[in-house]
Amino acid sequence: MRVKSIITFSIISSFFLFSLISIWKILSTLQGIELKTLNFNFYFLSGIIISFVSIFLSEKLNKLSVVIILSSVFVLIDFFINSSLPIWHYTGTFLILLFFVNKLAKYNKKHFSYNFSAQIIFFDFLTLFGIIFFSFVILFPFYLMLVTSFKTQALLLINPLDFSIDFTQNIKSLFKSYIIVFTEYNFGKYMLNSSIVSIGTVIITLLLGIPAAYAVARLNFFGKHFLSTSILIIYMFPAIVLVIPLYTVFSQLGLRNSVFGLLIIYTATTLPVAIYMLQGYFKSIPKELEEAGIMDGQNWFGIIVKIILPLSLPAIASVALYVFMIAWNEFLFSLMFLDSPSSFTLSRAIQFLNVGAETPRQYLMAGSVVVTLPILFIFVYFEKYLVSGLTSGSVKG
Amino acid sequence: MSNSLSKIEKRTAYALTLPAVLIVFAIVLFPIFSNVWISFKEVQLKDIRIPEPRAKKIVKSVKNEDSKIKIIYKLRNSSLIQDIRDVKFQDKFPNNVQPIDLDERCKFISNKVRCDFGDWSKKYREQFVIFFETKNGEKIEKKLFKLNKPNLKGKADNILLTSDFTLSNFKKVFTNYEFKDLLLTTFYYTFFGTVGAIVFGILSAQMVNQNFRGRSFIRSTLLFPYVAPVVALAFTWELLLDPNSGTLNNLLLNYNIIDKPINLLGQKYVSIFVFGFEFKLRLALTTVIIFEIWRYFPLAFLFILARLQAVPKELYEAADIDGAGPYTKFINITLPQITAVISILFMIRFIWNFNKFEDIFLLTGGASGTRTLPINVYEQGFSIGDIGMGSAVSMVIVLLLLFFMLIYFKLIGKRANES
Repeated sequence: MRVKSIITFSIISSFFLFSLISIWKILSTLQGIELKTLNFNFYFLSGIIISFVSIFLSEKLNKLSVVIILSSVFVLIDFFINSSLPIWHYTGTFLILLFFVNKLAKYNKKHFSYNFSAQIIFFDFLTLFGIIFFSFVILFPFYLMLVTSFKTQALLLINPLDFSIDFTQNIKSLFKSYIIVFTEYNFGKYMLNSSIVSIGTVIITLLLGIPAAYAVARLNFFGKHFLSTSILIIYMFPAIVLVIPLYTVFSQLGLRNSVFGLLIIYTATTLPVAIYMLQGYFKSIPKELEEAGIMDGQNWFGIIVKIILPLSLPAIASVALYVFMIAWNEFLFSLMFLDSPSSFTLSRAIQFLNVGAETPRQYLMAGSVVVTLPILFIFVYFEKYLVSGLTSGSVKG
Repeated sequence: MSNSLSKIEKRTAYALTLPAVLIVFAIVLFPIFSNVWISFKEVQLKDIRIPEPRAKKIVKSVKNEDSKIKIIYKLRNSSLIQDIRDVKFQDKFPNNVQPIDLDERCKFISNKVRCDFGDWSKKYREQFVIFFETKNGEKIEKKLFKLNKPNLKGKADNILLTSDFTLSNFKKVFTNYEFKDLLLTTFYYTFFGTVGAIVFGILSAQMVNQNFRGRSFIRSTLLFPYVAPVVALAFTWELLLDPNSGTLNNLLLNYNIIDKPINLLGQKYVSIFVFGFEFKLRLALTTVIIFEIWRYFPLAFLFILARLQAVPKELYEAADIDGAGPYTKFINITLPQITAVISILFMIRFIWNFNKFEDIFLLTGGASGTRTLPINVYEQGFSIGDIGMGSAVSMVIVLLLLFFMLIYFKLIGKRANES
């Protein structure tokens, strides 16, 4: 049992070390450092040695000294293998090693005699690996988007792997892509259009959705059951099956190529989910409160405005943010319904830039950052509401 | 008393729901039904404009004669395939002028020329000329003639509303040699995208469900791909995967992992040798599926994490006492607790991946073996310009979708009965 545990321990921890170092090397390479190999054999072997030594040493010395000694030795060897790299690269490697050996030092001989110790170690390191792997895989494209927007075409042609940002240049040339995107490519106008469409959609959806959701949640009327089930079914029909008839009808009515037409479509496609989410919340509000309102002589309008609305602000916030997100990110309808650049939304404008072949990639990425940042900012700031919106509204995606 | 109250209640309910119902009906339900209608018609994209009579007015001076002017109207039927009936023409002219030898189809009454052009066949074109002179021989003012635009009216059928139907669209859809491939590609994309998203969702949820520092940061980070706009993400991935200047290929070349760039989004097949057997992997399709998984596993993550956090701690404590290891705990406690959520998630994601258009459209445009049904709707309808065919393909989508939804609602109903 012990031998098996120790072998599992050293192998899995070596893989973990290798992946940590590899990610660090990739990031360093992208800063323009010349690193030509990931050197699997060396790091894997070192991982195995370090894990054995740490088990052995952890009985003799205290944890801190084990961590510092092992990390320093490793970095020194690393220094002799890949010499002449900048000092920050070694510092990074040293910090990674500190983290890694610190994790190893938690396991001493006692740990290996437990039941299932091999499995526990395996799961521990899998979790650690997973956290780092997932964060890297998720964040890498976003990182690439951001750094590309600060480079120039010429520099990217010279070394396509050098994404280091030169902070010594003046602000104007640092943010050149953004300035060009806003002046030459007119992104200010597109941003305004996107905001008008998204905020307009939120307002109209709430204005129409709240009363309808209240009726579905509280009132008795013929067709109520039919209405509440059909909401979900309607919501599941995708944009692609609506687009041909809408395109033909809107063309004949002259509603194409207008922000207003887009606003109507977005409202109609988000209304079902808004009603679905809101009525679920309204049902959870105690009926007695409304009965008190009726006693006071309130009409339906008064009840909705004075009793239901104040109580359901969090739900309304979720719906509003969710609808905003859908409208801001929407692509297919904006592609089909907007032809002239004056009515473009941000998504449509970026796609237009890309089709226009020779747009340098840093402008494309600057545009992408411009469309992504607001929504990510809103997401991080209102995470609680948006997450509950995603969960309850995510029959769609 | 109570009867009248319930009447008021009903009336209020209708008033409250009517605006929402109307707009949803107009924009969502009506198109679904008109899809059925259009799919039985032969309509091209260029035909959907209702034909109208058009006139381009050109004003020219007449040589050596100051008091005369020549006005040319280039008349035409805007449609190449449909006739216009009963075309009426009208244009207004300045005071004090009169036409010379006016065409017999026209009349000149109170400064206006009114014409009855009768029927125009398709592609109809005519150069129609009127000469004017001043009544008293004064010099004519050219500018004044340019002020007005001619007004034309005519009757034409809206091709969408005619009553000739055909089955040829559906025949073409089903007899197309690519149709089987289309279905298969759609199925691969949908199935593997869904399964992959759920597997990664389980892994990441299991991981975040532990206690560690920076947990809430990781939790929000994991949702980024789902929240960010698809256009920005697709183009970033294109840059990342580009065979020449893409970061991924350059990195792999740099570390000598590959010796020539791989066109991950533009190559249909790649051969893989396993034990001497050659397997052909759909490369571009696989890449697109990976993008799909990357973008949508956060949703699975969110659902599964919520479920995991609701699993009672006592179950795990009891398992500890019984001496169960982490693997046994995962298989025997965690998995059974999340199977319900996974089955619902599978159906939801399956339906939505099945309908997914933007992701593939932006990454490959449906090239290199990534053409799914929704992409085909767009291609037929707008690239080729055959609206009828596009509608027929989207009818296939609707029918399959209804079938999937039936399963989904049965599943939900079953779940509701159990709980």
